[in-house]
Amino acid sequence: MTERRMVTIDGNEAAAYVAHKVSEVIAIYPITPSSPMGEHADDYSAAGETNIWGTVPVVVEMQSEAGAAGAAHGALQTGALTTTFTASQGLLLMIPNMFKIAGELTPTVFHVSARTVATHALSIFGDHSDVMAVRSTGWALLASNSPQEVQDLALIAHAATLEARVPFVHFFDGFRTSHEINKVEQLTIEDMRAMIDDELVLAHRARALNPERPVIRGTAQNPDVFFQAREACNPFYLKTPDIVQKTMDKFARLTGRQYHLFDYVGAPDAERVIVMMGSGAEVAHETVEYLVERGEKVGLLKVRLYRPFSIRHFIEALPESVKILAALDRTKEPGAAGEPLYQDCMTAVTESGRPIRVIGGRYGLASKEFNPAMVKGIFDEMARANPKNHFTIGIVDDVTHSSLEYDPTFNIEADDVVRAVFFGLGSDGTVGANHNSIRIIGEETGLYAQGYFQYDSKKAGTVTVSHLRFGPRPIRQTCLIESASFVACHQFVFLEQFDVLEKAAPGAVFLLNAPYGPNEVWDRLPAKVQQQIIDKGLEFYTIDAYRVAKETGLGVRINTIMQTCFFALSGVLPRDQAIAAIKNAIEKTYGRRGEAVVQQNFAAVDQALANLFRVEVMDRVTSQLPMRPAVPPEAPEFVQKVLAPIMVRQGDRLPVSVFPPDGTFPPATTQWEKRNIALEIPVWEPEICIQCAKCSMACPHAAIRFKIYDPALLKDAPPTFKYDKARGKEFEGLVATIQVAPEDCTGCGLCVHACPAKDKREPKRKAINMTFQPPIRETERENYRFFLSLPDFDRSQVKINTVKGSQLLRPLFEYSGACAGCGETPYVKLLSQLFGDRAVIANATGCSSIYGGNLPTTPWATNADGRGPAWSNSLFEDNAEFGLGFRLTIDKQSEYARELVERLRGAIGDELADGLLQADQSSEAGIAAQRARVAELKARLAHLGTPEAVQLQSIADMLVKRSVWILGGDGWAYDIGFGGLDHVLSLGRNVNVLVLDTQVYSNTGGQMSKATPRGAVARFAAAGKPVPKKDLGLIAMTYGNIYVAQVAMGANDTQTVKAFLEAESYDGPSLIIAYSHCISHGINMRTAFDQQQLAVDSGAWILYRYDPRRAAQGLNPLQLDSKAPKIPFKDYAYNETRFKMLTQSDPERAAYLLELAQKDVDSRWRMYEQLAALDYSQG
Amino acid sequence: MVDLSTTYMGLKLKNPIVPSASPLSASLDSIKRMEDAGAAAVVLHSLFEEQIEFEAEALAHFLEHGTYSYAEALTYFPAHHEYRREPKEYVEHIRRAKEAVDIPIIASLNGVSLGGWTGYARQFQEAGADGVELNVYFLPTNPHLNGAEVETLYVDILKSVKEQVTIPVAMKLSPYFSALPHLASALDAAGADALVLFNRFYQPDIDIERLEVVPNLQLSTPVEMRLPLRWIAILYGRVRASMALTSGVHSAEDVIKAVMVGADVAQVCSVLLKQGIGAISELLAGMRAWMEEHEYESVAQMKGSMSHRSCPEPAAFERANYMKVLNSYK
Repeated sequence: MTERRMVTIDGNEAAAYVAHKVSEVIAIYPITPSSPMGEHADDYSAAGETNIWGTVPVVVEMQSEAGAAGAAHGALQTGALTTTFTASQGLLLMIPNMFKIAGELTPTVFHVSARTVATHALSIFGDHSDVMAVRSTGWALLASNSPQEVQDLALIAHAATLEARVPFVHFFDGFRTSHEINKVEQLTIEDMRAMIDDELVLAHRARALNPERPVIRGTAQNPDVFFQAREACNPFYLKTPDIVQKTMDKFARLTGRQYHLFDYVGAPDAERVIVMMGSGAEVAHETVEYLVERGEKVGLLKVRLYRPFSIRHFIEALPESVKILAALDRTKEPGAAGEPLYQDCMTAVTESGRPIRVIGGRYGLASKEFNPAMVKGIFDEMARANPKNHFTIGIVDDVTHSSLEYDPTFNIEADDVVRAVFFGLGSDGTVGANHNSIRIIGEETGLYAQGYFQYDSKKAGTVTVSHLRFGPRPIRQTCLIESASFVACHQFVFLEQFDVLEKAAPGAVFLLNAPYGPNEVWDRLPAKVQQQIIDKGLEFYTIDAYRVAKETGLGVRINTIMQTCFFALSGVLPRDQAIAAIKNAIEKTYGRRGEAVVQQNFAAVDQALANLFRVEVMDRVTSQLPMRPAVPPEAPEFVQKVLAPIMVRQGDRLPVSVFPPDGTFPPATTQWEKRNIALEIPVWEPEICIQCAKCSMACPHAAIRFKIYDPALLKDAPPTFKYDKARGKEFEGLVATIQVAPEDCTGCGLCVHACPAKDKREPKRKAINMTFQPPIRETERENYRFFLSLPDFDRSQVKINTVKGSQLLRPLFEYSGACAGCGETPYVKLLSQLFGDRAVIANATGCSSIYGGNLPTTPWATNADGRGPAWSNSLFEDNAEFGLGFRLTIDKQSEYARELVERLRGAIGDELADGLLQADQSSEAGIAAQRARVAELKARLAHLGTPEAVQLQSIADMLVKRSVWILGGDGWAYDIGFGGLDHVLSLGRNVNVLVLDTQVYSNTGGQMSKATPRGAVARFAAAGKPVPKKDLGLIAMTYGNIYVAQVAMGANDTQTVKAFLEAESYDGPSLIIAYSHCISHGINMRTAFDQQQLAVDSGAWILYRYDPRRAAQGLNPLQLDSKAPKIPFKDYAYNETRFKMLTQSDPERAAYLLELAQKDVDSRWRMYEQLAALDYSQG
Repeated sequence: MVDLSTTYMGLKLKNPIVPSASPLSASLDSIKRMEDAGAAAVVLHSLFEEQIEFEAEALAHFLEHGTYSYAEALTYFPAHHEYRREPKEYVEHIRRAKEAVDIPIIASLNGVSLGGWTGYARQFQEAGADGVELNVYFLPTNPHLNGAEVETLYVDILKSVKEQVTIPVAMKLSPYFSALPHLASALDAAGADALVLFNRFYQPDIDIERLEVVPNLQLSTPVEMRLPLRWIAILYGRVRASMALTSGVHSAEDVIKAVMVGADVAQVCSVLLKQGIGAISELLAGMRAWMEEHEYESVAQMKGSMSHRSCPEPAAFERANYMKVLNSYK
C-alpha cells in the first residue's frame, strides 16, 4: 500500500486531482473561481498522467458551459465516466442539461466552486446562490468545507453516484475553499481504486447508447403518461442518502476520516444549534468548541448532503436537548418565505414534530467575511427571548434592520498558531513567496499550514494581502486574520494609504520594507503608524529590499528577500533549517528555468539576512506626517462617503443605506482615485515634439493628453506648465500642450515607445521621456489640473479622421484599472473620443467589463456638457443580443419621436419640425445642430402640456443620432457569444461591434479561445494549440452587408481611426476586430506596439476594411491595408513567451506547429489577396 | 596523390578544411553533407552564454510577470513540468552529430565572463565532443579596464575550461589586442591546444532616417583574410598551439595560403553560406590540383613555408609591407 503524502494544496487542486483520476472524459470551460480545476485537469493529461484505470483522460475545452454540459451529457450517454468543473453563471448555463442528465438517472459529478450569481452587480466571489439555483434539477448536492474535505467528498461523490444513479453537484466555497491552501492528506491511487466499484462502472457502460444493442432515450411524452413516468425515479432518490452514508462509512474505514450526511459538533446537551454548510462551518466548528469548553450549551450541524435532503438523518443528528436552530444561508432569495436551508430546516422540524424553534439568517454573500465574532453574535441572538428571524450577520443593515449586532473584538485565535499578514504588490511577488512558505512548512515539517490571499479590483499596481497561519493542529479558521502575530508591509507607501497595523496583535513583529536605513526609518513613518507601534509594543524590523534585489540582479522582485526575513523573524522554523528549506524551494521553483535565476535568488537569501535590522522604537510619536486622504475634498459626496472608504479597504464598514438598490452608479469616478502607482512618468519636451499625438493615441489609461487652445488662456498657467505654438495651418495663432496625468499614469511607457520624434543632437531623447515621478508629482499635478481646466477643442472643427484630430477629442474613458500597457484600452478610449458623447455601450463580461465597471471607481466619463457613454454589462454570453436590445429601443423610440414631431408639427412649428426630421447627422457639426434643435423642441414642448407633448419630451433625445457599441473580447465573440453575435450581425441593424482580440481568455488567466493562433501555448492548450485561429472577419464578410475591419493600432493607427469612423457611419452592422496585445502573451508591454507591427509584417494579422457601400459603386468592398508578409511568422511569434516557451518544453512539437502556422499565414494571405482582387464592376 | 592530412589541436584530420561555427551546423543534415563534401571536422554553431542567461531570465520574468495580482488570473501560462533548456539541447545535438558522422566534432562556446558557463564544456566532452572552441566575445567599453586586465580575463577563462575537460581546447581571438604575440604566448602557456584567428565582430550599422542602430550581418570577403594571414605568419613557430585561420577563406588558393603561413586548418563559413556546402569539395579539388600542378606532396610540406620565420622576406610581414602598399599607389 502506498503511503499517503501530506500536501499543501487548495480546494481546486484537491477536486481536480480526484476528478481526473476517476474520469475518462472531462469537458471544461473557464469561469472564476473554478478555472484552475480545468487547468489542472488539462495539465495532468498534457503531462500524460493516467486515471486509475491506466489511461489518460481526454480533456476538451468547449465554447461555453452550456457546451461543456452538452458534451458531458453526450459522453455520459455513450458510457464514459465524465466530469466537469464550473461556477456561478456557468452552472446556470448547464441547467437545461442537468435536468436531462438527472431525468435519465445518469451517474456523474460536476465539481462547483460556488460563486455569486450576478444580480445588481457581478461578483467573482463565493456564496451559494449558484448551487441553490440548481436545487430543482434533481441532482444531489454535496458540500465540502475545506480543501481536505473537497478531496475526500469528491471521491465519495464519484463513488456514490455510480451506485445511486443520481448525478452529483459537489460544491465548495469559491475562493475561501477553492483558493485556500491547506495541508491535506492526499489519497492514493489504491484508495481510489478501493472506493470505485468497477461493477458499477461496467453497469454504467452497459446502459450506454450502443448500436450493437440499441435503445431510444429522450422521447417526447404526453399528458397521459409524463407524470407517472416522472414519478418512476422516486426510489433512486429515496435510496441515495443511505448510499452516500454507506460510501462515507467505507471511506472512513479506509482513511480514518468519518463523514456523515449531517455532522454534529458541540455540546451533547446543546440547546442552541447552528445549521450550515460550506467553509463557514469550519469557523463555526472552532467557535463552538471554544464556547463549549467555556460551558456554553451550543452546537453546530454541518450539512453535507443537502439534496436529497434526508429529514430522518437530519433529525437523528440533532441532540434531544435542542431548543432553537439557526439555519444560515449563504444566499439570498428576495421574496421567498425564507432562504432555502431555513425552509428545509423548518420542514424537517415540522415533519418530525420536535418542539424546536427555527430561525434563519443570511451571511457571507460574495465572500463577505464570516468569523468567530459573528458566530458568537448569532448564538447570543439565539439566547434572546425573541430572537430576530431572517437576520443578516456581518453587515450593517440600516434600511430594513435585518442585521445582528455583535462584538467584533471577540477572538479565538490560539497563541500557539503563528498568524502572519503580508501587504504586498502584485508585481513584487509577495503571494508567490507565501505560496512557497506554506509549502515549505506544510510539507517539510509536522506543522499545519493555511494560506488565503486577497487581491485587488484593479489589474495594475495591485495590492495583495496574504493571510498565513501555521500551527500544531489542523487549521479550521476559514476567515481573515484579525489578530496577527506578524505583519509585513512590503511597500512603504502603503503606510500612508491604509491602516496596515490595524490587525497587529500586541507584541507582534512588524517587518517593513523601506528605502531608509534602520536609523532613519522611524522618522519617516506617519504619526498614526508610530502611535500604533508604541501602543501595541511591536517589535519593529526593516530592510531595504529593493536595494538588495537590485544588487543581486532580481530587479524589482523582492519576494525571496522578504520571505527570508519572515523566516528569520517569525521563528516558525529554526533559522538554519528555514534558510536551507528556502534554498531548496528556490531550486524547485526556478531550477527548471535556469541556473542563473537560481543563483540570483540564493544570493538574495544571503543578502536579506545581512541587511535585516531591528529598529529602535521611540517612546513617543515624533512624526507629523498624516495619512493621505483617499480622495480630494472637492470630490462629490457619493465619492467621499461611499467610494473613498472602499479605496482604503474599509468597504466592509459601509451600511446598506449608502448603496443604490438597483446597482446604478455615477460615472467618471476614476478621476478621484489618485493611485500614484508609476515610479516613472513621461515628461514632454515641446521643442522636440512634432505634435503627432501618437502618444495620446497609444496611452491605455488616457493619462497623456493633447489640447490646442487660445494662448490667452495661459495667463493663469502654473509656472512649470509647458506649451508650444500649435503646428498646422488650421491651428494658426493657437498653442498646444501634451500633458501627463502624473497620479493616474501607470508608467507603462507605451507612449514613449510610440513617440516618433527624436532629438537630433541626442536621438535617445524623445519628445516624451520617462522621468522619476516623486520629485515632479506636485508640480505636474498642478499642471494637469490647469490643463483639464482648458476648454476642449470644438468637435465640429476637428478633422477627426486623423490620428491628431481624434486625439483632440476628450477621452471619455480614463484611468481604468487595466494592466499597465494594456492593448485593449487604447481602442476603447478611441471609441469614447470619437463617439462617447452619444454612445450606448453593451460590454461583455471579461477584462473590459472589469476595468470598465469594477468598484470602487469606474472609468467611463463625461464631457463638459455632462454627456458621455452610457454603459452596462449584462452577461458573458449574451452581449450581442443585449446591445441589439439597445438598438431596438433606439430605433423604436426615435421612430415614435419622429411620428410625434409630425403630429405636433402645428404646435412646434414647421421649420423646427422639418429641421428635426430632415437633419443630416453625418458630421459632428450636423449632430451639434440637431442637439440645438432638440433643445429648442424641449423648450417648446414644455409649454404645451398635452399628453403627446409629454410623451415626446421623454424621448426627444432619441432624435439625436445614437451610437450603439457592442464591446467584448475574443472569448465572447469567437466562442461563448458567437451564436448571438452571428445572429445580431445578420439582422442588418445599425450596431457596431468591437472585438478586443487578445487571442486568449485574458480575464480568467489565459485560456485558449478559438482566436488563439496555432502554436501558441495557453491554458487548456498546454502543448500548444494544434489548430488554426478562426477567421471571424471572413465569416462576417460572407453576409455581404456587414462592414468588417481588422485593425492593429500599433501597426497602423491611421487605418484604425478610419475603420472606426467608417464602421460607425455605416447604417448597418459593423464588426471591428482589433489586435490587442496582452500580458498573457508574455511580452514586454512597453514595446508591444512593435509586436503589433511584426504581427502585421509577418501576415499573422492582416489589416483590411470590408465596406459593403463600395460594392454599390462597382468597387471591391475589400481593401487590404497591409502588404504581403515580409518576415517569417517565426520572427513575430518567437518574441512572445506563449510561442517561445514551447520551443523549450517540447522543441520538436514547437517546430512542427511553427511550420503549420507559417502555412496558415501564407495561405490566408493568398486567399485575401485573391478576394481583394475580385472584379465588382459588373455588380 | 597528394597528402592533405594535418593535425589540429591534437586531432588527426584528413585535410585542412573545417567549417567554422555558423548556423549551418545547427542542422544534423548539414553536418552530414559537410562530411560528405569532405570537411575534415566541423565546429558546431556556438552556444551563447548571453543567450542562455537571457533566455533563462526572460522565461522566468514572463512566466511570472503579472501573476498573483488579480483574483481571476493568478497565472497566465500552464505549468510545463520541464523546460529543455540549453545547454541540454546543445549537448543533445553534439551526441547526435557524433552518431551521425565520423569526422571530429568541435563544440563552440561563446561567452564574455568567468561564470558557470565554462562548466558546459564538461558536458560537451561527456556528449562526445572531440574538442571545444572558446569564443570570448568581449568588447571592453569600460575606460577603466586596461589591456592587461582584458588579456588576463581571456587566460583565466581558458584555464577555467581546461580544468573542466581533457579534450583539446581552442581559443578564438579577435584581432584587437595591442600585443597579440604576448597574449598568444600566455594562452599557449595556459594550455591552449589551438588558436583560431580571427573572430569577426559583427559591426552594427546605423539608420540615418530612423536614427537607430541596426544589427547587420555581413559575410566575409577574401580581402579580410589578410589580417589573420599576417598574424599566423608571425605567430608560427612561436607558439606550441595549433592555429586555425578563419575570415575570408573563399578559394583553394586561400586555403593554401593559410597553410603556407602556418595554419593547421582553414576554417570556412561565408563561402558555404554563399555557395552551399558543396563548395568544400571544390576547395579540396582545387587544392589537390594546385598542389599536383606545383608538385607539392603534402600539406605538411607547405605548412609554415611562408611564415614570418621561413619566408624569404620576413620584413614584408612587418612595417615594410605597409610601405610597399603605399608605394604602389604612386
